[in-house]
Amino acid sequence: MTVKQISVFLENKSGRLLELTRCLGDAGINIRALCVADTMDFGVIRLIVDDPEKAHQALKSAGFTVKEAIVFAVEVDDRPGGLASVLKPLVDQEINVEYLYCFLEKAGDNAVVIIRVEEAEQAIGALKAAGFRVIPPEELYSM
Amino acid sequence: MYNPQIEAMPRNELKELQLERLRQTVKRCEEMVPFYRKRLRDAGITWKEITSLDDLRRIPFTTKDDLRDNYPFGMFAVPVREIVRIHASSGTTGVPTVVGYTKNDIDMWSELMARALVAGKTEKSDIVQVAYGYGLFTGGLGFHYGVERLGASVIPISGGNTKRQIRMMVDLGTTVLCCTPSYALYMAETAEEMGIDFKELKLKSGIFGAEPWSDRMREKIERILNLSAFDIYGLSEVMGPGVAIECEHKQGLHIFEDAFIPEIIDPDTGEVLSPGKQGELVFTTLTKEGMPLLRYRTRDISSIDEGECPCGRTHVRMRRVSGRTDDMLIIRGVNIFPSQIESVLMNIEGLSPHYQLVVDRVGGLDILEVQVEVTEEMFSDRVRGLEEWEEVIQSEIESYLGISVKITLVEPRTIARSEGKAIRIIDNREI
Repeated sequence: MTVKQISVFLENKSGRLLELTRCLGDAGINIRALCVADTMDFGVIRLIVDDPEKAHQALKSAGFTVKEAIVFAVEVDDRPGGLASVLKPLVDQEINVEYLYCFLEKAGDNAVVIIRVEEAEQAIGALKAAGFRVIPPEELYSM
Repeated sequence: MYNPQIEAMPRNELKELQLERLRQTVKRCEEMVPFYRKRLRDAGITWKEITSLDDLRRIPFTTKDDLRDNYPFGMFAVPVREIVRIHASSGTTGVPTVVGYTKNDIDMWSELMARALVAGKTEKSDIVQVAYGYGLFTGGLGFHYGVERLGASVIPISGGNTKRQIRMMVDLGTTVLCCTPSYALYMAETAEEMGIDFKELKLKSGIFGAEPWSDRMREKIERILNLSAFDIYGLSEVMGPGVAIECEHKQGLHIFEDAFIPEIIDPDTGEVLSPGKQGELVFTTLTKEGMPLLRYRTRDISSIDEGECPCGRTHVRMRRVSGRTDDMLIIRGVNIFPSQIESVLMNIEGLSPHYQLVVDRVGGLDILEVQVEVTEEMFSDRVRGLEEWEEVIQSEIESYLGISVKITLVEPRTIARSEGKAIRIIDNREI
């Protein structure tokens, strides 16, 4: 049930994000979600794309530093307190969320959140037990 | 050894030879070079008074500025018609300096380079790829003549066109590679991109020089290129490559003392320092006809080891050059050479061997920024992970060198690769 996230190292230099997105565009890859974490000197771009393998190859051969990370996607009620209700079962199991960000598309009426934790399988189990829907990778990539 | 009679000569005989040659050299300078005639007269000394090697200290130093002031032919001790070859330094920092060689000079240089190649485990049967630049720079032709003198096969490929370099190594079965250490690393990177593993090549030795490098860098090169790496030293003013070379024990570089007298001086006072002390390297040439030099200040920092070497060579060894007096950075009062920082960086597992130093002055304080390329190994989706790398590098440098630096991670292959001498420092200070 986990999803492959593509992470890319980017120096804080003008035009680099443009080059990265162009590279994906030229390879016919669609970005499904994106999150940027930055410091003074560099940033880490995290991407969910429709074809992670192809994206990895395209970026790598264009000279980017690329790594894959395991994350998962969960449906969240689109209402006040929706995200809190998802986090609760994780906190109960002492699973630390390293970061999370929102998916671009909705699943029906619900929002979709991408979550990164150390213990992905355990977190998925906890959320399922609490009645949440974790979105399978095939479904997510093609959303 | 290529010439055991000279290279393993008993030291007392070697010193007699040096004294005889020193007298001849000073005599030649006095008689043939107006600049030296005046210098020596002003210092109140003539060649006839040189009766021991200690008398050398009475002779004033020669500096790079002296060579510039006498550009182009003022330092030559023969008429230009006796000169068969001219080399020149790049002159990036001012007027170029020109050096001239007579037929005998080229002959001696070839002999010294042949000795250096043999010390670096090169034999007649080897195929030697000379990837130093050919041209005004002494590297390419210096090696070339040495390989021919030895009787090995030379591939005079010169610097640059890295993919062709690799292809030649594969197709021709190169066994000895000669270039700058930074270019060797660049070749390794290019080979990897081409899908060629150095372990499948026939290389056994690499003779690297023309820029300061560290023992850590050597380990890295030896591991990645799968060869035994030797440090060679030389400078065009004094001759070119082949002034000194490491033997298989790699505990310093044997200086060919039948051709040069080395001294170590305090760069500030000019005082001659005792063996083992670190200071500026000074050379007096003993056989050069075209452009003899008396006590030439190299600005290279080294020390001399007079101890016996198990290889049997009796010529003294200089410690590998740790930097140049003009490369030395003073960061908030601490003297630092780029090679010291390199040494720390190479010691950290997982780091890229490519780095750059940027010096800036902010509010009267010197700030040293060390740029390091991110490797696959370092990178993950966690920002914290990268910050931890920065902290590790920073604290290693601080604990070894006592200075705090700013570490900047940059993207792979963004630090300029060099096909010749690497430029390690960008100095933005306006002083």
